Amino acid sequence: MENNQKTIVIAALVENKPGVLHSVSNMFRRRNFNIESITVGQTEQKGVARMTITVRGDEKTLEQVVKQMNKLIDVIKVGRLEPENIVSRELALIKVNAPDAKTRTDIINCVEVFRGHIIDVSPETLIVEITGTSDKIEAFLNLMKPYGIIELARTGVTALARGTHSIRIEE
Amino acid sequence: MTATKMTGANALLEALERQGVKHIFGILGGAILPVYDELCRHPQIRHILARHEQGAAHAADGYARASGRPGVCFATSGPGATNLVTGIANAHMDSSPVIAITGQVPTNGTNTSYMIGRDAFQEADIIGITTPITKYNHQVRSAAEIPQAISAAFYIATTGRPGPVLIDLPKNVQNEVAEVSFDGKIDLRGYRLAGAPHPLQIRKAVELLVEAERPVILAGGGVITANASDELLTVAELLLAPVATTFMGKGSFPEIHPLSLGNIGMHGNPLANKMLLEADVLLAVGTRFADRATGNLDSFCPEAKKIHIDIDAAEIGKNIEVDVPIVADAKQTLSAIYERLIKQVKKRTDSPWLQRISEARKLLNPPDKTEDGELKPKRLLQTLRKLLPESAIVTTEVGQNQMWAALYFKALKPRTFISSGGLGTMGFGFPAALGAKTACPDRHVVDIAGDGSFIMTEQELACSVIEDIPVTVIVLNNGVLGMVAQWQRLFYKRRYMAVKLGRSPDFVKLAEAYGAQGFRVESIAEFEKAVKQALKSTVTTVIDVPINSEEDVAPMVPPGCGLGQQIGDY
Ligand SMILES: Cc1ncc(C[n+]2csc(CCOP(=O)(O)OP(=O)(O)O)c2C)c(N)n1
Ligand SMILES: [Mg+2]
Repeated sequence: MENNQKTIVIAALVENKPGVLHSVSNMFRRRNFNIESITVGQTEQKGVARMTITVRGDEKTLEQVVKQMNKLIDVIKVGRLEPENIVSRELALIKVNAPDAKTRTDIINCVEVFRGHIIDVSPETLIVEITGTSDKIEAFLNLMKPYGIIELARTGVTALARGTHSIRIEE
Repeated sequence: MTATKMTGANALLEALERQGVKHIFGILGGAILPVYDELCRHPQIRHILARHEQGAAHAADGYARASGRPGVCFATSGPGATNLVTGIANAHMDSSPVIAITGQVPTNGTNTSYMIGRDAFQEADIIGITTPITKYNHQVRSAAEIPQAISAAFYIATTGRPGPVLIDLPKNVQNEVAEVSFDGKIDLRGYRLAGAPHPLQIRKAVELLVEAERPVILAGGGVITANASDELLTVAELLLAPVATTFMGKGSFPEIHPLSLGNIGMHGNPLANKMLLEADVLLAVGTRFADRATGNLDSFCPEAKKIHIDIDAAEIGKNIEVDVPIVADAKQTLSAIYERLIKQVKKRTDSPWLQRISEARKLLNPPDKTEDGELKPKRLLQTLRKLLPESAIVTTEVGQNQMWAALYFKALKPRTFISSGGLGTMGFGFPAALGAKTACPDRHVVDIAGDGSFIMTEQELACSVIEDIPVTVIVLNNGVLGMVAQWQRLFYKRRYMAVKLGRSPDFVKLAEAYGAQGFRVESIAEFEKAVKQALKSTVTTVIDVPINSEEDVAPMVPPGCGLGQQIGDY
């Protein structure tokens, strides 16, 4: 089973109203689908929110996920994005232990390599902002582990299809 | 748009009237009082007071299944709403268009904690609770929104694959006076219905069917929902294809037709289960391939190319892989298939496959050895069939009584066999019978019951007597929770635990206590007499039929086995 598994991103345009997130997450729980990450935000279109959901499963399961999403009445449109054809980003805020000058310099060097930013400095800690694919964030986190990660907040993946293929509501 | 000043409660009832609602089953309470007060001014709508909200929901469900029109139930907030839950879940599993309207504590208020989100008296998050068991639910936040909310509720409940919709109505919204307009359009941009069947898929399906030597049609509940029985019959007769039904599809094809195989499944007719194994092409219509129908999927219909028609795209490939999926309405699709088939196949009256079927029928559905007078379920149900007109509606409870009814009571028309298939809800049959009788007052309605199930909603005898909705209840009284006892007998070495009901209550006295009439019968002759009397009666009749508590539902596919591994005779 395990080797048939793959990860896809589902982009769903949903009615921007109370309860939508509940009905989507409820469906995932009820049907025993796994959400790896989910992000929700407004779109360029009024009254429409966009959910970006990363799911892992075999092909049969992934097909069901899309179909069951489509069945939800407050879900207006569902797009299935394959990893090859998308640009995806995640943002992470990482609070790291940095009690001395040497550590600070080391961390700042890493941050530069990863094109991140230091967004807060205190005598004991630094907060780093990193944007990129989930892999890139994982790699950065691995580098930070030895210093001691005090707190971590990740947004989850958000994504768009490359090029002219778009998931939007035609008016 | 013309708008009229009115309260939310009035707007609700106006909207329901515009949907053609004539009956509402319900129980009131504080949070829905404004609506009930408004009912005083809407005499065109008849309110039927259930004695438990579960009964109201099942009655609405039975009403919908018998008539094809949505059934409506009302409940107050909190416990009223939560009491509906079983009924809603039941309607959801069997795709029945039930509209549930619940009162809710207010959304606002000054100097009061009696409002949503503050754990007010009789507050329950019924939207949260029913999200997974409704096709759609919605809490209305203003009176002006009510007409659209109700139109949307009916539209969603009755179109596509039908299902229950719950509308939650906070008390302040019921009281709010607003400019209300009934000619606004509903906008459901996230709800798209399946279109016409795809011509290419129709062509592929017909190619398979024309080439088939041993075709079998499997008809599910979707055939009944789509009113597609006539189309099913014409396709079956043209192809000389035998028709098996799923439990939910029972009644979609006349079970006395020479092409009828009966139900498939765990307690299916051995003939249907066997013939499915031999099929080379399976035309499945309006079925979700439920586990109780298919048995072990690895050996389900192993040789057949499969065509699957369903209006719900998510059913395609959910349980089994198919060769030709068609996402569309069953009636339209069967017509399209017929139109194309008729150009390619000649009408025949016989085929080797048909001969094979009739041989198998002789073997697997042998004529009865008469055991005269004995109160055996098979005899009882065959006798009942003879006594009831074709149009009579039968509901069932859950358990052995239900499976015996499925096996031995031949349904001749769609919407005349009403039973809780997906959820298997004990206590469904009796209130559903009341709903069916309300929808079809000129027809006989009979609940085939078990003693355990009937007790679960027996209080609706009061509703049936007081509201004057006469039906017949036949209690196959084995003194046990028979189906579970059967499993303990077969799979737990007869270690009976918690299945004995004893012969309590006395169902004759129980009926009489409610003002209904009760008979106890000891022989087939007495049974016949009692049924005849019940059919003439203007009051609900309970017929208590004591049967052996060790009786099995004999043909059975043990759990986990394939349909070919059925044990026991028909
Ligand atoms: C509400 C509910 N509770 C429990 C069950 C589990 N169950 C299935 S059949 C059955 C026994 C039903 O007893 P009875 O109504 O007497 O029917 P019989 O099998 O004896 O004909 C039980 C307890 C159920 N289906 N529904
Ligand atoms: Mg019993």
